[in-house]
Amino acid sequence: MARAVTRQHKTIATAAAWVVALLIFFPILYTVITSFKTEQEAIQGFSLIPSGTFENYVEVEAQRGYFHFFLNSVILSVGSTVLALIVAVPAAWAMAFNPTKRTKDILMWMLSTKMMPAVAVLFPIYLIFRDAGLLDSRVGLTVMLMLINLPIVIWMLYTYFREIPGEILEAARMDGASLWNEIIYVLTPMAIPGIASTMLLNIILAWNEAFWTIRLTTTNAAPLTAFISSFSSPQGLFWAKLSAASTLAIAPILIMGWFSQRQLVRGLTFGAVK
Amino acid sequence: MGEITLRGVHKAFGATTIIPNIDLDIADGEFVVFVGPSGCGKSTLLRLIAGLEDVTRGTISIDGRDVTNEAPAKRKLAMVFQSYALYPHMTVARNIAFPLKMAGESPDVIQRKVQEAARVLNLTNYLDRRPGQLSGGQRQRVAIGRAIVRQPSAFLFDEPLSNLDAALRGTMRLEISELHNQLKTTMIYVTHDQVEAMTMADKIVVLNAGNVEQVGSPLDLYRSPQNLFVAGFIGSPKMNLIEGAPAARHHAKTIGVRPEHMTVSTTAGEWRATVSVAEHLGADTFLHVHADGVGPLTVRAGGDVAVNHGDTIFVTPDATKIHRFGNDGKAI
Repeated sequence: MARAVTRQHKTIATAAAWVVALLIFFPILYTVITSFKTEQEAIQGFSLIPSGTFENYVEVEAQRGYFHFFLNSVILSVGSTVLALIVAVPAAWAMAFNPTKRTKDILMWMLSTKMMPAVAVLFPIYLIFRDAGLLDSRVGLTVMLMLINLPIVIWMLYTYFREIPGEILEAARMDGASLWNEIIYVLTPMAIPGIASTMLLNIILAWNEAFWTIRLTTTNAAPLTAFISSFSSPQGLFWAKLSAASTLAIAPILIMGWFSQRQLVRGLTFGAVK
Repeated sequence: MGEITLRGVHKAFGATTIIPNIDLDIADGEFVVFVGPSGCGKSTLLRLIAGLEDVTRGTISIDGRDVTNEAPAKRKLAMVFQSYALYPHMTVARNIAFPLKMAGESPDVIQRKVQEAARVLNLTNYLDRRPGQLSGGQRQRVAIGRAIVRQPSAFLFDEPLSNLDAALRGTMRLEISELHNQLKTTMIYVTHDQVEAMTMADKIVVLNAGNVEQVGSPLDLYRSPQNLFVAGFIGSPKMNLIEGAPAARHHAKTIGVRPEHMTVSTTAGEWRATVSVAEHLGADTFLHVHADGVGPLTVRAGGDVAVNHGDTIFVTPDATKIHRFGNDGKAI
């Protein structure tokens, strides 16, 4: 009896999971389908069968130069991630292995900055960027993306480092390792899975960031988020082209996420289960 | 050389004092065991010697050199941790080689010393494996191998056998003792297991609440405990501590009689007792009895004693082996 109930529960849970997954995935699927429709088909109403045209992709690349935006997205997301790691690895190491009474407060303060609505600081940051000549520059935007994601990167690395037994680092110290040797030969190799999943997540966050990338750029440093938004013009919406642009924008990160999903899931659930 | 001297060592974490004040001399080549109940400060004391914790006050010297403020790496000590603390991403060979690499030894020397350590510790067939692929005993050997290749002034062991099962613990205990006989290097060994302390040590340091209760050879401590704590801690089963009229007859507040220093008779004796539990171990029988006017006692009798639960017996302590303690708990 108990077994039958369990099996029934399992079936219901599996079905519910599929329904939720399809609901979440449907907008992406419909965007891809729409990208293969003509503009006329796209505005005609709900339909899951496109005519299969590639003209939207050809036009999107020909008119707006997809590759330029794609390159900017790569530079901004990878650049901001590398910068964030350079700052976050020593910071997380210090907080994980040499905590003080205030470490928890600092971590909470860093996290609290993520709770602030970005629009609240839009004006001062815009003015700073304008006065520093950083508007529409890759350097300025890379630093901006690094700063907004830094709290999450430090938190994730801190959680990873905390899982590394302190005795192993003490053993390295007893074995004659200096601080740098301890970090290079012992800590980093043990933390590589954690660093890798933090990197992946930060690349995705930076890739998808749309608030600052749209407001602080025009053409030079504009990434794919700005590319998509450029299809929403005052003359009207071009749904099929917009869908093709969106598909092109999300495809690289979707492919990367697909191949690295094991690392990502491990990164997001790390510390939750022993 | 590995002569270690502690003078006025005090350790506190914030307002909590862990070690009030310790003076201790450890001679070169000695096997010293720090023993005491959980939380007595024995591991902290070892970590102070290792340099993994800073002393709040006092000095620590190794071979006459003050190392109180020196980093662990510069003290020329090697440590074996309770959790083994092996590097999980390195093979056994690389684990053992790590301290030599940090010391800047040449690859030839590293190779030779790793092979030699592996031979001594029966690890030659496992050099290419990672710690995760080894049994508990093999991991412990790797940890020891990593310690011996450095040829340190002294070895520090922090409860190294507590994660092993009973049979393996016995084997490893012997191996560590043999290693000490071969190397003749100073060893400081922390344990809460008084059997390990008795069987391995040249000198035992009994600790309680951060204080040294007594220092001496295992048999000194067994034969002449200086206070009630040591009397109760050293020896298995524990010494029987008796207060009241039986103690007063010996002009003491408390008297102590070891279970093996009492004789059992079914007909006559000093204390009449009822058997609560009889543990027949083959060679020995441990009788847990309740003696009239004395209280609960543990008695060690021969393996062939035919006594069971509920039987009445007579117990007689060996008058020459009775330990007497005063009101302050110290031996008289």
